[in-house]
Amino acid sequence: MREIEFNDIVKAVRDIIVHCGTDLPQDTYDALKEAMENEKSPVSKEVIRQILENADIAKDEKRPLCQDTGLAVFFVKVGEDVKVKGGLLRDAINKGTEQGYTDAYLRASTCEPFSRANLKDTVGYNLPAIIHFDIVAGDKIDIEYAAKGGGSENVSRARVFPPAAGKAGIINYVKEVISDAGGNPCPPITVGVGIGGTFEKACISSKHALFRDIGSVNEDPEMAEMEKDILDEINKLGIGAMGMGGTKTALAVHIESNPCHIASLPVSVNVQCHSSRHTHITI
Amino acid sequence: MAQYTLTTPLTSEDTKKLKAGDTVLLNGTLYTARDAAHKRLVELIEKGEELPFDLEGSVIYFVGPTPPKPGDPIGSAGPTTSYRMDSYSPTMLKNGSKGMIGKGKRDQAVKDACVEYDGIYFGATGGAGALLGKQITSAEVIAYPELGPEAVRKITVKDFPVTVINDTYGNDLYQMGRAEYEVTE
Repeated sequence: MREIEFNDIVKAVRDIIVHCGTDLPQDTYDALKEAMENEKSPVSKEVIRQILENADIAKDEKRPLCQDTGLAVFFVKVGEDVKVKGGLLRDAINKGTEQGYTDAYLRASTCEPFSRANLKDTVGYNLPAIIHFDIVAGDKIDIEYAAKGGGSENVSRARVFPPAAGKAGIINYVKEVISDAGGNPCPPITVGVGIGGTFEKACISSKHALFRDIGSVNEDPEMAEMEKDILDEINKLGIGAMGMGGTKTALAVHIESNPCHIASLPVSVNVQCHSSRHTHITI
Repeated sequence: MAQYTLTTPLTSEDTKKLKAGDTVLLNGTLYTARDAAHKRLVELIEKGEELPFDLEGSVIYFVGPTPPKPGDPIGSAGPTTSYRMDSYSPTMLKNGSKGMIGKGKRDQAVKDACVEYDGIYFGATGGAGALLGKQITSAEVIAYPELGPEAVRKITVKDFPVTVINDTYGNDLYQMGRAEYEVTE
């Protein structure tokens, strides 16, 4: 049994939150640069230029990339041969989140659903983090993190189709969701599509799909092809950067597919804005 | 598409020369408010009570900034999604406000109010919070401090870059831009 100190996890989580708040990941930066070069609309081209300039300023001056510094979302794989010494893993992640958001001057965007109040005394500074745990073989803790903004979350949707809907039905549905969203989710976006499983499994898969690096290829060739097809369809919509009209509405479509019930075809579409702040560490 | 430099407060003369797609560098005072603050401001207007700032010619920025780093007036400060203010904006325009800055599409009632009251809906680049925050030279909370990032702030901007989305003639850049680049089979 390998022991990992509670405080080491707190520090690691704090550090990735600080880093992600100001440094756009290279995969996102490169994808935006390519989008700027290929964008046909001069207005959208200028928007993407501003987005890249913003990333440069944020990195150089250690300023938050966006005022929406998101809710902190984690996918955590815990090795069965790991023991956290000095506290609970969940508490360590929450403590690291609170420290990271405070130290980097990130916005506390968590509130109670109806009073809309940010109750620091009860829920803490941007707490609780959203954490999805999984248990795996080994003696390591694997942490994937993303800052998830509200504008892109607000346009996300899920639906359980009858199996007859098939691939064509799903492609149409994703297109419809993105078309209705227009410029609201801050395009050029990344689109996470969760297929199969149960209702909630599809939703969680669509979220996790957003953590994949832009430009990476789906291991399943059938899904890789479907990703390309959906991306082409989305970029025909003409929405463009920030909805100003253009040819680069999405940077990537990522699909995660699961086996599902013989009666159902669940699908979830989760959208990430152009400021796709995500990272991955192993402790 | 023309480029302008304007200073607030805006007049009808200012707003009527703007067309959807024009770019503007704004200077002067803006007031920040998101939905929670709009709800309170509109309630004051309906009760006939005094507002925390003069609406005449005002430009409202839909933003909830990050906390300032030591020595800075404000943190990162890009626009939030504007449709959440759709139910309030016509009342603000009717009572003298001349402009709004946000991101994302507005409903027909807002577009109609822009035509009727010479208002402009400007878009700023969403997610460019670091860049836009640097164009803000001073910031002061003037109402509802308990709303935190959603409090009403009086801010001063220098060459703050925005694009005209909805003009006083009923044009909508989002619709125009999309129609130009949409591929239909």
